[in-house]
Amino acid sequence: MAASMDDFEPRVVLPGDSLMGHIPGELHGKMTLGPGLRQDETKIFSTKAGILKRKNPHTFWIDCHQKRYVPAKGDKVLGVVTQKAGDVFRVDIGGQSQAILSYLAFEGATKRNRPNVQVGDVVYAKLLVANRDMEPELVCIDSSGRSQGLGVVGSDGFMFRCTLGLVRRLLLKDCPMLKFLGEKISYEIAIGMNGRIWVRAKSIHTTIAVVTALTNCEFMSEDDMKKMLRKLVAAGFHDSRPKPN
Amino acid sequence: MAGNRGQNKNVRLSKNLSEMKFMQRRVKKDAEEELESEKQRQIDDDHWVLDLPDLISKGNRYETVDSMADCEDLVFGRMSFKGMNPVIEKVMRIMNGEEEEEEEELEEKAEGVTEEEMANRYSSLVGTIGKKFDKKRIHSQTDVDAPRKKHKKKFLKPPDE
Repeated sequence: MAASMDDFEPRVVLPGDSLMGHIPGELHGKMTLGPGLRQDETKIFSTKAGILKRKNPHTFWIDCHQKRYVPAKGDKVLGVVTQKAGDVFRVDIGGQSQAILSYLAFEGATKRNRPNVQVGDVVYAKLLVANRDMEPELVCIDSSGRSQGLGVVGSDGFMFRCTLGLVRRLLLKDCPMLKFLGEKISYEIAIGMNGRIWVRAKSIHTTIAVVTALTNCEFMSEDDMKKMLRKLVAAGFHDSRPKPN
Repeated sequence: MAGNRGQNKNVRLSKNLSEMKFMQRRVKKDAEEELESEKQRQIDDDHWVLDLPDLISKGNRYETVDSMADCEDLVFGRMSFKGMNPVIEKVMRIMNGEEEEEEEELEEKAEGVTEEEMANRYSSLVGTIGKKFDKKRIHSQTDVDAPRKKHKKKFLKPPDE
């Protein structure tokens, strides 16, 4: 019954499907079950509707269309600071509850030297604790205390929401979209795994153009993306254009 | 002696011996240990254990990961292009650089010098480098001897007044 190593194919699964026939059982070593898969004693079931995918050799997960973000440990997310509460900031990351972000979890922050973070700021942070029963906890530093790109993103710029699938697609290693855009337009971007993207370009017009291009490419193939970008550049959205006043 | 005692820890001492005055410390220690193990046994009996199927209690061959980023290879989500934010571009370069370094390391491993080759190299090197140290040793020996002769201590007669 168990599928052998070679004949695994991505397939559509529904919540509650038993996957023992599709996840090869005779693999050696530990297997990794990603989001959407659940183990019940000896069997494995799916908990989401989507496509069962596999990364060699031992990782399986379900790729599904989703807009609701469920915090997961290690994700880098974009959040909006909603409150300063003593030693922590409360940050809205789009999960079921607000996340907390300690004021010491910034690069160079000490008890005396507090980071300059205001209510309403957008922060790019990493989820340190993400647990069903506890408040999610964010940090803006890595284990060695460096910020490495985390922290408050600039005050100008635009944040918008999109599906989680689009975010993952943009972040794939071989996704050409961001690179294509970057060849023509100078812009800065922060992509949160929680379905939020923040963009800043030289002018508001260009920022809007980038945002539109990104939201449009959700259901596009690579060729379509290239076509759209060519149109965008032809319409004058690149850096050589004089600033519209 | 000390090592011997450690090995024969579970050997029972005779009653006569344990009553002797100089053995009292040992006897006390043994009694304490016994009490401790008794307590531990009681705790183990009292504690509840989940009646899990063998598979879970024995250790699981499935590991669960919550984050999608761990499944797919996702890149860092903060990027800057064409000099919009030089700080971020530096971070990007470092992150990409690390990846390249890892690849290079793998390549090096693939086409590097094998251990046998290294050993052959060194076997011939040992002689040549050894010579160098030989000379130094001779030098140092002579160096050490020479000043000793010079600084032979003599009794210095205090000058008469």
